[in-house]
Amino acid sequence: MTTHYLVLSALLFAIGGIGVLVRRNAIVVFMCVELMLNACNLAFVTFARQNGNIDGQVIAFFVMIVAAAEVVIGLAIIVTIFRTRRSASVDDASLLKY
Amino acid sequence: MGETITFWVLAVVSVSAALGLVFSRKAVYCALMLGVVMLSLAVLYAVQDAPFLAAVQIIVYTGAVMMLFLFVLMLVGVDSSDSLVETIRGQRFWAVVAGLAFAALVALGVGNVVFAPAAGLGAVNAAGNVPSLAELIFTRYVFAFEVTSALLITAALGAMVLAHRERLEQKATQRELSRERFVKYGEEGLDPSPLPGPGTYARANAIDMPALLPDGKISKLSVNRYIARYEAEEGTIDPKVAEILEGEDK
Repeated sequence: MTTHYLVLSALLFAIGGIGVLVRRNAIVVFMCVELMLNACNLAFVTFARQNGNIDGQVIAFFVMIVAAAEVVIGLAIIVTIFRTRRSASVDDASLLKY
Repeated sequence: MGETITFWVLAVVSVSAALGLVFSRKAVYCALMLGVVMLSLAVLYAVQDAPFLAAVQIIVYTGAVMMLFLFVLMLVGVDSSDSLVETIRGQRFWAVVAGLAFAALVALGVGNVVFAPAAGLGAVNAAGNVPSLAELIFTRYVFAFEVTSALLITAALGAMVLAHRERLEQKATQRELSRERFVKYGEEGLDPSPLPGPGTYARANAIDMPALLPDGKISKLSVNRYIARYEAEEGTIDPKVAEILEGEDK
């Protein structure tokens, strides 16, 4: 069963990665990042059971905490950018290029 | 056996929801798809002897994070759809190729490993999952746990700083607002009094009830045009309202 869980986790991670690369809406990109974090958590929990060691679950717990903090800051940044540029597209915030 | 069935059902559900997240055009659908993935992962945690993480996943992710996402979606505008223009030519194609290649790489790598039968968490969880997690968090990982509190406080402060907006001009007082209304009245003849609310002097206090003037006539200002148009199309419009609105193009 461990292999199954790990393959599922890899699939979800890859789908999230494709989403980050393909989508242009900053919020959707952010959701895909969350999907990748979730996929990693699944791998942690699976390895915790595989090794009979609960440390993996503790790490998954910490990942969740960091993800929650990251969502708060990330969404605040998106709202701030939207307020000044009236757009949530990742392509529009390219001023640093010039 | 039960676990196998649960796994396959949830694997199909979560992968298709993840694909929906990537490919649906509307951002709200994406958020709902992400919610489905998170819920099915929570069940998978519960199946894998991690009941605490399953609860935390539901409370933190589907409860807090998804709500934040939806709030921000509503603030930023639900209809801010993706542009289909590629900034870098061929980016979509190569992104999908790279993603599939990565999935194949990891899946084949993991598939080639022969795992011993899972050790299981029965012995570790003997005293209960939450007590054994707590024991680890408050002994071996206590420093990381303390640092987490600093992180959360920093995040809360950062969000407040980012969301704060300086008021650039003085807030208009009631006196100024009233003066403005009367200036408009003088220049354009707009009524300075507030608009009559629906239902004033009427039999019921609903939005589809136009306000009545003291002489019993319908106040034209209070007729809700959307509802009136709908009712006119359905043919259920009140003849009095129809009379008032006559001559106005629908």
